[in-house]
Amino acid sequence: MKILVCISKTPDTTAKIAFTDNNTKFNEAGVQFIINPYDEWYALVRALELKETLGATVHLITVGGADTEPVIRKALALGGDEAYRINTDSQDSFYIASQIAEHARKQGYDLIFTGKETIDYNGAAIGGMVAELLDLPYVSIAAKFDLNGTEATIRREIEGGEEVVKVTLPVVVSCQKGMAEQRIPGMRGIMAARTKPLAVVEPVAADTLTTVSSFELPPAKAGVKMISADNVEELVKLLHDEAKVI
Amino acid sequence: MSVIIFADQAHGKIKKVSFEAVQYGAKVAQQLGVTATALVLGAADNAELEALGNYGATKVLHVADARLNEVETTVFTKIIAAAVEQEAAQVVIFPHNFDGKAVAPRVAARLKAGFVSGAISLPDTTNGFVVKKSVFSGKAFANVNITSARKVIGIMPNTFAPEPTDAKASVAAFSPAISDADFKVKVSSVETVSGEVPLTEAEIVVSGGRGLKGPENWGLVEDLAHSLGAATACSRPVADTGWRPHHEHVGQTGLTVRPNLYIAIGISGAIQHLAGVNGSKVIVVINKDPEAPFFKAADYGIVGDAFEVVPKLTAAIKQRK
Repeated sequence: MKILVCISKTPDTTAKIAFTDNNTKFNEAGVQFIINPYDEWYALVRALELKETLGATVHLITVGGADTEPVIRKALALGGDEAYRINTDSQDSFYIASQIAEHARKQGYDLIFTGKETIDYNGAAIGGMVAELLDLPYVSIAAKFDLNGTEATIRREIEGGEEVVKVTLPVVVSCQKGMAEQRIPGMRGIMAARTKPLAVVEPVAADTLTTVSSFELPPAKAGVKMISADNVEELVKLLHDEAKVI
Repeated sequence: MSVIIFADQAHGKIKKVSFEAVQYGAKVAQQLGVTATALVLGAADNAELEALGNYGATKVLHVADARLNEVETTVFTKIIAAAVEQEAAQVVIFPHNFDGKAVAPRVAARLKAGFVSGAISLPDTTNGFVVKKSVFSGKAFANVNITSARKVIGIMPNTFAPEPTDAKASVAAFSPAISDADFKVKVSSVETVSGEVPLTEAEIVVSGGRGLKGPENWGLVEDLAHSLGAATACSRPVADTGWRPHHEHVGQTGLTVRPNLYIAIGISGAIQHLAGVNGSKVIVVINKDPEAPFFKAADYGIVGDAFEVVPKLTAAIKQRK
């Protein structure tokens, strides 16, 4: 079995969000970058568990510049077998999905895992687009994934509940909490990752359909209004008369 | 020419977020000088379909096929693409809910349409077609220009308040060819929490954290929620220890909610929790620790013991009603 896990580099969840160049670029100064948590904790670790229990080769792909390499090395340290970096800084989801689809078409995977979204762009787009470009079934926001031969049983979240679906491989799945538990790479994994193959591939021609024209920060909160614990009636009054939400 | 809106339904009832999407789509149609057509897949009452006119749809295309009661992305994409061709649509609007997230990116790739998900503004067409979206888990916004001829937008739930009128839409049956073989993903079971407000659509959310000490005290949260007609939610530790199911967990790794009022009880307000709730219009924090970081993100705060404050608050709300 061959599994592809899509890896994205994102700022750490606690990073300070600021912009430069007239609010057109994310300010990376002092920011620590991590593997997008959904890609790592859920997609990658579940792929590694499948490799350990059923036997599989786990490939990693990231679409980004040379600065994404520390992140992809960490994914190799966790247990990925080979990595591919498509060398482009594009931020458009269709362009990125086209690159991943092109790679997958050449390699032929039984299973493609992505995180449910990245924590920076929050696009939630790549999995569905890759599935469409490859004409594969797609299951989004999966919380559990089991495999019996070539039939996958997947639990996915829906509004106010969950559903269980069955699908025959190959399939594209976007992963969320529940799929697997976070792992920490061991020293052996980190050493081994240094010599694992990381191929740098130039992008194929694809359309860019969106561009970010600027970023902005939300307006600052006016500040919290404190109310005495002995006077909850005051809170009810404020919520009714001032905030007008009840 | 038209704007097509995917009006998501469950059990034959159109979801509230779909009303928001239809109204958004009708406004985009107005901007572009075209009409708004809603598309409903699966069994639904005619009255439900006509009522989409209340939100600005002039026409509703209905694929009355029970196989479509649950989402299958390949099939839904095929149908939506067929509707886009028939209506010569330039823009397709989705709610950015679970179903929308499953289908919209597929449709965008099929149509080679630029895709903006989690939109929080109408497009600004003065210089291109720029839509504002939430990024960095609600900590910032990006203005995204869609440069392709066709466009797909997923709108953030609870962002565009529906303002219904009495207008009715005309309903037309739509029957593109679909075969059983198209259904690659088969639903084998569905578990829904019935009779409650879906958390992502709730206007008021009451949420509890570790400060409640144990599942036996959850009644405090439920009583307050009940007095307000609110949905209940919880922080990550509460979901992780199994007091409450994961689908009630809001935060970075759980759900994102944008209610009008979010009441946090015994939640310290870690940055990962804030990422799931920072789009709420008004935040009330009740915590016994005056240093809890959540107070910095709150509009109203009470420092006090939840076990004393919350029952009093519930009583005060009941009294007001």
